[in-house]
Amino acid sequence: MLHPITNAHFLVLSAALLLIGTIGVLTRRNMVVILMSIELILNAVNINLVTFSRHFGDVHGQIFAIFVITVAAAETAVGLGILIALFRNRETVLADEVDLLKW
Amino acid sequence: MDAVLFLVFAAIAVACGISVVVQRHPITSAISLIGVMGALAVLYLLLGAEFLAAVQVVVYAGAIMVLFIFVIMLLNAGVEPPGGRSWPVRLLGLPMLVILVGLLSFVIRRVFAGGEEVRFGAFTKGGPREIGRLLFTDYLLPFEVTSVLILVAILGAVVLARKEID
Repeated sequence: MLHPITNAHFLVLSAALLLIGTIGVLTRRNMVVILMSIELILNAVNINLVTFSRHFGDVHGQIFAIFVITVAAAETAVGLGILIALFRNRETVLADEVDLLKW
Repeated sequence: MDAVLFLVFAAIAVACGISVVVQRHPITSAISLIGVMGALAVLYLLLGAEFLAAVQVVVYAGAIMVLFIFVIMLLNAGVEPPGGRSWPVRLLGLPMLVILVGLLSFVIRRVFAGGEEVRFGAFTKGGPREIGRLLFTDYLLPFEVTSVLILVAILGAVVLARKEID
């Protein structure tokens, strides 16, 4: 028989997704994939919020998760807008080839 | 049954998450990210967050991922050339990562040892009725401020992505 699932399992999953997303942000060069990794990190945060919402028997954590989703949508729209403007000027989506502000 | 559900969908989420980071082509990464979102929606259901599970599928797997795939197609982003990494990173990266994951899960398991079991249907306060009531009473001001934020984001995206007309 399997062990019963507790809140700790969900927190471990959240930590794992957070680490994967952080690795993606740090190692990838394609800016679209970097934005996707940020989405992964925000999803890990959401699992944490929902797990603690269940842990305390309180819906307020889920409200916070909804706000996180909304802000993530806004962030994605602006980020991809910046990306399109950048691609129009520099013809690249690789993060290390964009060095306009480098001295 | 709940344990099987959790293990299957947590495994899908982590596998698709690793695939997002490892795949060389952005389209494959985007498809994998949809897999993560779907698996997480099932886990939200398991935790009793029904409304959030629906929002996860509609907003994340639907709207945001369509935006991503649209931009990938628009920019015609191809396979990413591999970047050079120094030898300490190549040598120590994976072992350090495994140690970090192990340590983190050990600490979490230790702190939350003996927590109550998560059962499907045990927590039923996450329906649209409760969420909606809270959103329009206790969280009315943040809700309205968020609408202003979205308006600003729409304007920003339009201004940024617009073609310059001389």
